[in-house]
Amino acid sequence: MASVLYTYASPQAFYPLAGRMIPWFAWAAAILALAGLYVGFFVAPTDATQGEAYRIIFLHVPAAWMSMFIYVVMAGWAGLGLVLNTRLSGMMASALAPTGAMFTFLALWSGALWGRPTWGTYWVWDARLTSELILLFLYLGFIALKEAIEDPRRADRASAVLALVGVVNIPIIYFSVQWWNTLHQGASVSFTAAPKMAATMLAGMLLMVFAAWMYSIAVSLARVRAIILERERDAAWVREAIA
Amino acid sequence: MLRGFTLTLARDMRLALRRKGDAANVLLFFVIVASLFPLGTGAEPGPLRAIGAGVVWVCALLASLLSLPRLFAADLADGTLEQMLVSAQPLGALVAGKIAAHWLTTGLPLALVAPLLGLQYGLPTDALAVLLASVLLGSPVLSLLGAAGAALTLGVRGAGVLAGILVLPLCVPALVFGAGAVAATLSALDPAPHLSLLGAFLAVSFVLGLWASCAALRVALD
Repeated sequence: MASVLYTYASPQAFYPLAGRMIPWFAWAAAILALAGLYVGFFVAPTDATQGEAYRIIFLHVPAAWMSMFIYVVMAGWAGLGLVLNTRLSGMMASALAPTGAMFTFLALWSGALWGRPTWGTYWVWDARLTSELILLFLYLGFIALKEAIEDPRRADRASAVLALVGVVNIPIIYFSVQWWNTLHQGASVSFTAAPKMAATMLAGMLLMVFAAWMYSIAVSLARVRAIILERERDAAWVREAIA
Repeated sequence: MLRGFTLTLARDMRLALRRKGDAANVLLFFVIVASLFPLGTGAEPGPLRAIGAGVVWVCALLASLLSLPRLFAADLADGTLEQMLVSAQPLGALVAGKIAAHWLTTGLPLALVAPLLGLQYGLPTDALAVLLASVLLGSPVLSLLGAAGAALTLGVRGAGVLAGILVLPLCVPALVFGAGAVAATLSALDPAPHLSLLGAFLAVSFVLGLWASCAALRVALD
């Protein structure tokens, strides 16, 4: 097992493996998203209090979960790269950052569109909204630092330090609705209690969450392949691979 | 270890005293920006009192940010930083000395001037005392996290703006609890919980900021 991991820590070995995995994840994302959207729009009932506006959760909840989860995974890869000095780890962190930033933006944007009809405002300075906004700034800072440093190895390690410092924000976002009295409601889904929503709503939401997972994996793998090609452009195997 | 800390602190303080202008300019910037707000927002006493603490805090953040580039840049240019990295003293102690000197020449003056600016915003006496306490407690956070930002962007083009993008989001808790303590006093509530949280955040930033600064310096000079 360990030797397999070591083998694929090399960009050269990982490049074709990622290429073989992408179609699987991409197709899974497409199928799950179609199923989730079908359940979300045609099967799930209209909400008794929020009307049709609640249907934004099929996009908003997966986006918000992924925005936090991707940051933790990204910081994990970055930390691994810092400790073990493996090249692929930094590349994985770079590949995840734009997807995470996109999901953070999507969570904020879809939340604003939901907030207008439901809360009567696009934006409130509530603890969860504010900390999600800070998460977006952390992603953009991570990307900006990476872009600004010319030497890719130094860029990887410097941004890894930044990602690890910023990871403190994740529990603040997650627990903000419990720690402060916020307008944003608490979690509607938990592993320990019965769901507080109709089974079809939950099914639609979970399908969309899995779709977001599959999408994130597929897109990050495609992006890491591009990063590998860019960084290893002087290697002989790259010339063979793209010939 | 303590010796490394005190020697670096004394050296940086001596350098700062020989170039008094640097520290004075930061302070001047702080006062000017804080004086611009009433001109821009209108000088109604009620709204001014409500935004006063927040404005003073944001101005302190920006002023402290402007002072960051000179934290490590001169030492990088003349090779002192490399000597620090190879020195027998632990890097953490040396960097802590530099951060302490930065706070003494930037954060402390900002904190001492903050009540004066609060007076311009019509804050009552008890709120001024809380403002002083909150900036005294919060400005080391700006020096600690700022040092990490300065070390991460060392020798990078556009370092000043980039350090701002990296450091400002991380400083948000200091701003929220610092200005929150004054707001609590204004609404006749106890500011102690906000100040305690600010102190807790200072403890977290001490660990994170010092570690990140040292790690970033090692990366920068690798």
